Amino acid sequence: MRALGLATVFCFGAILFYISFDFPGWGDENSPASQHVSPYYIEHTMDDTSVPNIVTAILADYRGYDTLFETAVIFSAGLACFFLLRIPERQAPPARFYRHLATGITFRIEKGGRLPEDTDEFERIDSVWVPYDVIIGMTCRLVVPFIQLFALYVIAHGHHSPGGGFQGGVIFGAAIILFAISNNLRRTLKRMSEKTSALLGSLGVLIYAGTGILCMVLGAGFLNYSALASLLGVDPVSARSHGILIVEIGVGIAVTAVMVWIYYNLSSAGRQDEGL
Amino acid sequence: MEALGSLILAKYNYWAVIALLLIGLYAMITKKNLVKKIIGMNIFQTAIILFYVSIGSKKGATIPIITHGHGDASHAVHSVEYINPLPHVLMLTAIVVSVATLGVALALAMKVYSQYGTLEEDEIREKIMESEPV
Repeated sequence: MRALGLATVFCFGAILFYISFDFPGWGDENSPASQHVSPYYIEHTMDDTSVPNIVTAILADYRGYDTLFETAVIFSAGLACFFLLRIPERQAPPARFYRHLATGITFRIEKGGRLPEDTDEFERIDSVWVPYDVIIGMTCRLVVPFIQLFALYVIAHGHHSPGGGFQGGVIFGAAIILFAISNNLRRTLKRMSEKTSALLGSLGVLIYAGTGILCMVLGAGFLNYSALASLLGVDPVSARSHGILIVEIGVGIAVTAVMVWIYYNLSSAGRQDEGL
Repeated sequence: MEALGSLILAKYNYWAVIALLLIGLYAMITKKNLVKKIIGMNIFQTAIILFYVSIGSKKGATIPIITHGHGDASHAVHSVEYINPLPHVLMLTAIVVSVATLGVALALAMKVYSQYGTLEEDEIREKIMESEPV
């Protein structure tokens, strides 16, 4: 089996290696990929959309349909994880663990019994418990707000510098996941519940699709942002720039929420009670 | 000798991509463990992403953000000065989608583990054979 796989891989590699000599060279400005639509995008982006970052302009305007459905794919991936893994709350875990803070004694309470979660005397801990580390906790507490601020900058400044909804959304989601790893899952769920992340995920897709439908209502094609000019009180070209920003915010919200939602379900095997 | 050197310089990006592609494909074909297969799939995706980004490059060009875009002196923009933005757009979305599909793949692997107690393919097949009356 291993030899057969190796032989297949080598045959495939030999064919690809042979073909690679027909490909355009590294850095060739006359390569076919840079010929057809790409020069148009580079030369007309400023006149069409007034967005200096060509990647953002193509992402949200020229190829807006593609990005809309990519966002939908991400949202459905979050839904798929939810439907695959989520175990309803009424199935109580086999045992819950509590730690008496003053003495450090751990209690194991079986068959769905529970103590109140927030008391001065007891602390709910995971069944695989690692002692709280001051350095990790403090560093993450200091770093998380700055990561979130940077994520907002990346989303908002995507017109003029590398950035946009996808990148900023992933950074924001990573900040929340960092908080969840450095503390625990229950504390994170108190700040951003599962319901919130599901609603935010669908809200992001709704903002994107809703912008498109709003353009249709105003009399232009789906996702033709120049129709927003009368609403925003600017000229049609600037309206495209603003439309791109609205759509990028939608993408950012959806990506953040779905990343966090997938993390909740994967890290706790769907129980959302104990986790990493 | 010089021709060989320039040939290597012109094509080595494809060879790096092919190497990564083959590593990923090998892992997907021969590894029995499902998580290792998923890792192989991710390496394969990374190779495709590198391929796209590398065909977008142009010698002597800069990143696809127009300099002095809103400056008062408007000047003509030549497509030779900026690298091809289209592969970057395609891969930007592909990276995030690959993370999301990785999540789904891991969720499926967790489901398989909770059902059969193992992630090894041959052991899973044995357990399916045992449970099915033939």
